[in-house]
Amino acid sequence: MTAVSARPDAAPAASSASRPGTRRHRSPLPFSPWHLLLAPMALLFAVPLVWLALSSVMSNAEINRFPPALWPSRLDLGGYRYVLGNAMFPRWFANSLLVSLVTVVANLVLGTLGGYAFARMRFAGSRLLLGLMLATMAIPFQLTMIPTFLVMKQLGLIDTLGALIVPSLVTPFSVFLLRQFFLSLPRELEEAAWIDGCSRLRVLWRIVLPLSRPALSTVAVLTFLSTWNDLTWPLIAINHDTQYTLQLGLTTFQGQHHTQWAAVMAGNVITVLPVLLAFLGAQKAFIQSITSTGLKG
Amino acid sequence: MSRLPTPITVSRPPDQHRALRRRRAGEAAMAWSFVSPSVVIILGLSVVPIIWSLLLSFRADDLVTPSRWVGLDNYRALAQDPHFSQALRNTLLYTALYVPASMVIGLALALNRRIRFVGLYRTLFFVPFVVSATAQGVLFSFILDPEFGAANAVLHHLGIPSQGFLTDPSQALPVLVAVSLWSGTGFCLVIYLAALQDVPVSLIEAARLDGAGRGQLLRHVTLPALRPVTVFLLLWQAIQALQAFDLVYVTTKGGPLGSTTVIVYFIWEQAFKNATAGYGAASAYVLAVALGLIGLILQVVRRRLQGASA
Repeated sequence: MTAVSARPDAAPAASSASRPGTRRHRSPLPFSPWHLLLAPMALLFAVPLVWLALSSVMSNAEINRFPPALWPSRLDLGGYRYVLGNAMFPRWFANSLLVSLVTVVANLVLGTLGGYAFARMRFAGSRLLLGLMLATMAIPFQLTMIPTFLVMKQLGLIDTLGALIVPSLVTPFSVFLLRQFFLSLPRELEEAAWIDGCSRLRVLWRIVLPLSRPALSTVAVLTFLSTWNDLTWPLIAINHDTQYTLQLGLTTFQGQHHTQWAAVMAGNVITVLPVLLAFLGAQKAFIQSITSTGLKG
Repeated sequence: MSRLPTPITVSRPPDQHRALRRRRAGEAAMAWSFVSPSVVIILGLSVVPIIWSLLLSFRADDLVTPSRWVGLDNYRALAQDPHFSQALRNTLLYTALYVPASMVIGLALALNRRIRFVGLYRTLFFVPFVVSATAQGVLFSFILDPEFGAANAVLHHLGIPSQGFLTDPSQALPVLVAVSLWSGTGFCLVIYLAALQDVPVSLIEAARLDGAGRGQLLRHVTLPALRPVTVFLLLWQAIQALQAFDLVYVTTKGGPLGSTTVIVYFIWEQAFKNATAGYGAASAYVLAVALGLIGLILQVVRRRLQGASA
């Protein structure tokens, strides 16, 4: 029965095992011994997501018996119908999308402006400011979360999407990453245009930004990932369910419907799918973003 | 800002120099308008809260009514609070299990590079990293549900009695570590992969020519070359582990019997559930100082390594 749920992923691994001809001469196996480690591990990593997809199209009756069915007997979209109709998932999805998009755009704009000024323009105190901003990256969120809640309360933003957006409009990470990238660009091009009377903004827009795609996409990917996936801050800043993000909505929904697993898993699929599709569509950009920050950090 | 010497050797004509200088002079105002939004938001939402937090930690505050100065009472109470020391123990145990395991597995999965389906394997190992802790927590509470979960169904088919998993105080924390490994290993894997690509091929060739076997190659060439990145991962993963919250909130809410209450969960509970924000702020300060110390020690180690390899 286990093998059934695992079949979609076991297939490629199994066919790899049957194919002979890798370069390991001394190995008694017809394939690289690495597969003995990698194939079961890959299965272990893939099975939870496969199970997520499968259970979202099962009926509650199939899930809520022991032992539960491990393969849907028929496609049952009741879970999806429930979360899209009766529950507030569409609203939460829109909230998450709005918060993530505004945050990404704000980080790109403000990060570019700040990063460019720190990279290329001279003004009193720039080194000190940059140093201070870098130092704030080492502050753990737990230390600031209680006062940030109080600041947002003073601003009257608690329980609105504004409370989710304002604290992450621009992160020191975005500013610093873009500054480092701008420093790596050759200066001559910008200076020539600047001497010819182009304003800084125009130079930035026309010359610098078109060369900065990789850095901009890194900022966009990482900002989106952290905003979309965050739970801690929405949990603190939001009380009313019309203002929930998907993550907050999903965990609350699970608490209220803990026997309606099909619906919970359908909601879970809706929460995971945008990030998953974005990742599979731009896998290279994702991985480059994550490694570039990792190796520099 | 330091300027690297440009490769162009011909000096600029003097009128260009003058033009540049003139434009630079009027630039400060422009520069300030570029940086001020970032400066206000970033410093405003970090410096102010840090000080506020410190002040808060000396007060009794429920986030609603006016607070009252209590001096070091919060810190004194923390030192005697069995729940806090339990949270501390849980966090350290979680970190000690999770960090090395994620790094060793990540490295093992990264080491082979020329086999069939390597791209598919890597995608599968990395995909869980982009799944949110919330979605992951909900999914694993379902899989590990003692009554209806798939995990117990599998054990049942194998003839093994049902397990409590996250509902069993003696199992919950290790199970949580295993669940975290599902999503956290992929990060170590891609970082190690990138670092492995930077190991000079000439070094490996030279060692091969000298007759080094695969094991010797790993021990004397590859692992030493990976040392800086290993220190980075150690720091990064430790910080992640010490700050774990989302997964705990979604799966166990610190239970059963406090067996998975980690520090950040403890802080959140004090500040936002028990209305003792001052007490929460004090525990946040204890965590921050601990994190700062760990970061400092690892930075020193890293500098040393970089100094040695340069």
